[in-house]
Amino acid sequence: MMMTQGPWMLALSASPKWLESLVERLFAYLPAWLTSSLAPTEVADFIVWPLIQIGVMLVVVLTAVAYLTLAERKVSAWIQVRVGPNRTGPLGLLQPAADGIKLLIKEDVIPFKADKTVFTLAPIISMVCAFIVLAVLPYGPHYASITNINIGLLFILSVSSVGVLGIILGGWASNSKYPLLGALRSSAQMVSYEAAIGLTIVSALIFTRTFSMQGIVEAQRSLGIWFVLFLFPSFIVFLISVVAETNRAPFDLAEAESELVGGFHTEYSGFRFSIFFIAEYANMVVVSAIGATLYLGGWYVPGMDWVAARLPEAYREAALTLMGVTAFAIKCGAILYLFIWMRWTFPRYRYDQLMELGWKWLMPAALANIALTATIFIVGKELGLVRSAGGVLQMDWQGKLFFTLAGLLSMFPILALLNAINRNSKSFNLRAQRTTIPVSTRKVKLSPGVKAA
Amino acid sequence: MNAIPLVTHHTETLFDSEQMVLSMGPQHPSTHGVLRVILKLDGERVVDLDCDIGYLHRGAEKIFENRLYPMIAPYFDRLDYIAAVSNGLLYVETVEKAMGLEVPPRAQYLRVILTELNRLSSHLLWLATHALDIGGFTVFLYAFREREEILKIFENFFGARLTCHAFRIGGMTYDAYPEFEAQVRAFCDLFPKRLEEYETLLNENRIWLGRTVGIGIISAEDAISLGLTGAPLRGSGVDYDVRKTDPYECYADLEFDIPIGENGDTFDRYLVRMEEMRQSRRIIMQALDRLPDGPVMGKVPKVIRVPAGEVYHSIEGPKGELGLYLVSDGGTKPYRLRMRPASFVNLGALRKMAVGSLVSDVVAVIGSLDIVLGEIDR
Repeated sequence: MMMTQGPWMLALSASPKWLESLVERLFAYLPAWLTSSLAPTEVADFIVWPLIQIGVMLVVVLTAVAYLTLAERKVSAWIQVRVGPNRTGPLGLLQPAADGIKLLIKEDVIPFKADKTVFTLAPIISMVCAFIVLAVLPYGPHYASITNINIGLLFILSVSSVGVLGIILGGWASNSKYPLLGALRSSAQMVSYEAAIGLTIVSALIFTRTFSMQGIVEAQRSLGIWFVLFLFPSFIVFLISVVAETNRAPFDLAEAESELVGGFHTEYSGFRFSIFFIAEYANMVVVSAIGATLYLGGWYVPGMDWVAARLPEAYREAALTLMGVTAFAIKCGAILYLFIWMRWTFPRYRYDQLMELGWKWLMPAALANIALTATIFIVGKELGLVRSAGGVLQMDWQGKLFFTLAGLLSMFPILALLNAINRNSKSFNLRAQRTTIPVSTRKVKLSPGVKAA
Repeated sequence: MNAIPLVTHHTETLFDSEQMVLSMGPQHPSTHGVLRVILKLDGERVVDLDCDIGYLHRGAEKIFENRLYPMIAPYFDRLDYIAAVSNGLLYVETVEKAMGLEVPPRAQYLRVILTELNRLSSHLLWLATHALDIGGFTVFLYAFREREEILKIFENFFGARLTCHAFRIGGMTYDAYPEFEAQVRAFCDLFPKRLEEYETLLNENRIWLGRTVGIGIISAEDAISLGLTGAPLRGSGVDYDVRKTDPYECYADLEFDIPIGENGDTFDRYLVRMEEMRQSRRIIMQALDRLPDGPVMGKVPKVIRVPAGEVYHSIEGPKGELGLYLVSDGGTKPYRLRMRPASFVNLGALRKMAVGSLVSDVVAVIGSLDIVLGEIDR
């Protein structure tokens, strides 16, 4: 491996030379009290460079979120044999801007009986929580991530839990019945699915050995493999849970428009509504980024180091960054496409069915997966297929093959467990559905009809 | 006169400190128009419900009493605007029955073809909205795609897409346009594939099964005693279809089967309607094959006077049995024209079906009843 192993150097402190010299030159004009407390390199590293990164990231991600709404509309149109937005700009590319302007200039209604403070605060909580998480995502190597804290994954989980608060408060503060029902639904839903996500991530941690998002990517890079091969059941549970976590169809009960009109945002209009909307899509980006990082190697693609090693020294870092960011974007895009695809294919779950799916199926599956993955790991370690060196795993191709096969085979015990649960559950029982209802397309009896006497 | 209240307002007694009363509608995305359902909720479970109708009341039955017989017909298109052709057929047939008029065979076959096409378009709209209520947005647009094909044929034939009107007392206003047969045949060839497409999306979809199987069950006895007709009755296993029990037009000559459900739940009603679409296509194909030549208008007096007396006539509309009770005093206007709207009677079963289920199920059950408020409120 060409990268130095060990603790990943903070992207934060990796400001380029030109920036440091620029700050040094600017320092000459600053007051003495400022220059005495901070060295120019520190200012460059901890203030100027992060601000540049945050600015770039916000612009890029906000644009991505805006175009995600367009992508959703376009993909849904293709699925539904429609054309989709194509009037605003070429191929409808200005549609997100048009939507934004429309929502901005709409009247901002606060219901008379609403709790005004909380009503105003709720969308802000939702959006802030969705955007704060963006700081720890590993968009790429080197400069392409804002920060790399060693509890990155825990940070994401905890902040996104606070995001639920925005929805609950928004529903509550509206002082209206549909939003209240929507808020109740979503609070129960997001809390229970967060548990499933947390548990399914635990099994991934057995291989990553770290909570740091960059560290997770590095772990896969040092092995030259994506963890989805080792953790296939965990990946499936993760994908299902995050769809529920982001309140998207088929789990969009909190805003089920055919039942609860608009759900928690029924009373919201104009820009406050659009903030909720942006938060939802930003959350989608975040969870797809987590999925890409944990299971699909983040910005790492096998072979990128080989390509970079063949480039001149000066371009190596930039090329690696560019390849990494592109790969990361493609992986996120693939997961996002899957979300969109699911949304426009499946009908909506009922509230109780959703809870049953979460607690009766995904939770046991995640728990069983932890036990299985841990067992597999220990067996692999005892067989000498994997070594732990300095907090990083090392394994040969035999080890990779073993863990891949074991990961795929561990589907069967999990499916057996789910089958046992299904057989013993009273409601929403797949077996009962299949047996009482014949499944062929012609299930109704055909009668020649009765003549009147 | 004993005035039987059509709506009982339970609103006062429904209020309770622990249970929540949710007024669903008249402006709600899935009450199919302007139905208002007052739900008494315990959490998400429906403890009691009541339907409030009349938001679309236009006084149609009173208007009928002040119009000449030929002038009444277009009003019927506006009752069940999803099945305008069926409603028009009901009216002209009732007057023909009262006057004892003969309809030429070509007109009979054309009427059957158009009515069955209308049944298809009505069922497609039902499928679209039912799937939409349950969250299957894509099925909604797929069904609208096929409905569009039918509406194109309607537009060519009637000059209107929604309020289609070409049936006259004694026959048809005009004959089919030249490409009519080819267009209908093209649609019939295309349709089974498209039906399979919907079924691929829904029939074995676990979420769809979970949302429809065992939801809104009504037994055959209850269905009969509540007067249900159409798919809600047949879904419960009762073999009753006016086209078979009391054939009108040329239905007696055509071969078709009546789909019967077993469990009387939302899923069975779905299956029955899906199969009805196949049977409707079968009827259309047969009628096209046998379409006779000849005039489309029978001998009708210049001024239409219905002999004094009472007539009841019913046809099988897309939503159930459509009945019309005509009382005539021998004049040029009806003394009373009372309709038996299928949607109205079927809606009466909502309470029986939905109490004890969840809010989401109420939406699914309303969808499976296939109601149109224009017909309920009149």
